[in-house]
Amino acid sequence: MLKISYKQAFILGTLPVVLISAPFAISGYKVDLLTTLLINIILVSSFRLITTTGGWSLAHVPMMGCGAYATALLSGSLGIPFWISLPAAALAAALTGLAISYPLSRTKGFAFFVASFAAGEAIRLCWIRFKIPFGGHKGLTIPAPVLFENVAWMDFEEAVPYYFLTLTVTLLSLMIMYRFNASRIGDTWRALASEENLAKSIGINIVKYKMLAFSVGSFFAGVAGVLLAHRLWAIEPHQFGFTTTLYLLVWVVFGGSQTFTGPIVGVVVLTFLAELLRPLVEWVPMIFGAIIILILIYLPNGLESLPSKLRLNK
Amino acid sequence: MEFIGQTILNGLMTSSFYALIAVGLSLVFGVMHIVNFAHGEFYMVGAYTVWVLYAKMNWPFFVAVAAAIVVVGLLGLISERLIFRQARGNILGGFIMSVGLVFILQVAVVKIWGLGKMKPVPAAYPQVLDFGGISTSWQRFIVVPATILLLVALWNFLERFKIGRALRAAAMEPEAAALQGVSVKKSAAIAMLLGSAMAGAAGSLMAPIMSVHPYMGHYVVWTAFVVVIVGGPGNIKGTIWASLFFGFLTTIITTLLDSTIANLVNVLVMLILLAIKPQGMMGHAEN
Repeated sequence: MLKISYKQAFILGTLPVVLISAPFAISGYKVDLLTTLLINIILVSSFRLITTTGGWSLAHVPMMGCGAYATALLSGSLGIPFWISLPAAALAAALTGLAISYPLSRTKGFAFFVASFAAGEAIRLCWIRFKIPFGGHKGLTIPAPVLFENVAWMDFEEAVPYYFLTLTVTLLSLMIMYRFNASRIGDTWRALASEENLAKSIGINIVKYKMLAFSVGSFFAGVAGVLLAHRLWAIEPHQFGFTTTLYLLVWVVFGGSQTFTGPIVGVVVLTFLAELLRPLVEWVPMIFGAIIILILIYLPNGLESLPSKLRLNK
Repeated sequence: MEFIGQTILNGLMTSSFYALIAVGLSLVFGVMHIVNFAHGEFYMVGAYTVWVLYAKMNWPFFVAVAAAIVVVGLLGLISERLIFRQARGNILGGFIMSVGLVFILQVAVVKIWGLGKMKPVPAAYPQVLDFGGISTSWQRFIVVPATILLLVALWNFLERFKIGRALRAAAMEPEAAALQGVSVKKSAAIAMLLGSAMAGAAGSLMAPIMSVHPYMGHYVVWTAFVVVIVGGPGNIKGTIWASLFFGFLTTIITTLLDSTIANLVNVLVMLILLAIKPQGMMGHAEN
């Protein structure tokens, strides 16, 4: 039987209430903030999925961009409905990830960072350079999704219905990623990170498993990109630039990447912190930079390691 | 004929610039095992130092360049002492710390000197340099002798001086070096001082040619990484060869097509090389 402590039961009980009632309690702008937060949760979780194999890919945000650009081309230019372009665009991101993961999976450490960074920038340069079909610096426009015409509560141009659409997709994505994490494949990925040579010696095909992790991670990054694109209605290459990657790293390091919930906690806490610091918006990157350095020095495994540390000190 | 000569001259200038920025990065990685993403921001601080001292306070150009080298070298030394030393050889931790430093330096520069306005640095040597039909300005050419001078100085330091040899020993075998009485901490500090100083030199020399703004480092660090990867991280000779290779490749493609395509080709070359030879062209086993 599944054992759940009182604390976990409390969280499991209140979370749905909060998630469902939240958009009705706050104003329109803040609903969009929550939608963005949900999208970022998919992004950090898919990023963590790749990090379990031991490599921190700096091409993850460009992979999200692949999803966004693919849906812009499919639903914007070709008029394919959102419900088909969502999986199709995510698949496009997964295939792009598969293509760059072959050279990347043969590198580690320094080379992996740098090569993934350069590969991501190269993808971004393609969007800038090839104005047809990617629109250059100006980018592309995307329509809001339509399921049924003239049904008010399903008008996805509005913030609240789009929030619930995002919530549904986010929960589905998290469930699938959680299953991957708990499965034998997830165990194999973690084996690659801790003892690569040992994994090799018992016959695990390292390159294949790393490529699989990269493609699955890119697929969900693509899902995040699709959701982002259909809410913003317009995308441009700058959004998927290195600044976004830096924020992604900060979220994951802050929360910690050992557990499934760590990065999610990181992005939630830092998003609310950034919102509190709104008056100091120009200083926020510097504050984040300082936080990340201090965390790495004093709490190297992130926020998720705090409870066990406190327990030890008692 | 003239076209070929011009391309060779341009290639030489681009290669020198790449070498100046990449050798420092490679040195820091070789000794400290830190992937210093803030290397580009060190370059940016070098350019700003020249803008303040030379363009605004009218110091002589080379005095401003020397000052920039010292300022950025010290900046590197301080960040080693306060930040990178805490990474203790953890590549991922050190890299993300440097990302934090990128944020801090960018915001600091924006807060001190503002974002919007252009920071024009007039050319100190606008005279035209003419090699029988092949021409450039002195200001652009100056990076070639300056790079050669700095690399020869670095080479002599690493080969001739005891402390330089200790540095190389610490890069190759930290434990064996420590057993022989080499201070690994001291070596790391010196590597950071020298590597950052070279980034400062690159930034200060390029300030009159490039546009000076808080995010200028980003475009440079990208190319520098490609060069370091292909040359073999920590391998200075390899990095210089890779600088020459990519300098000429970039120049040729930029002349024939455009600079964005050149950047794309650089990355493709790197990815293909990684797929075939994961340890870099010149090889240098990674721990």
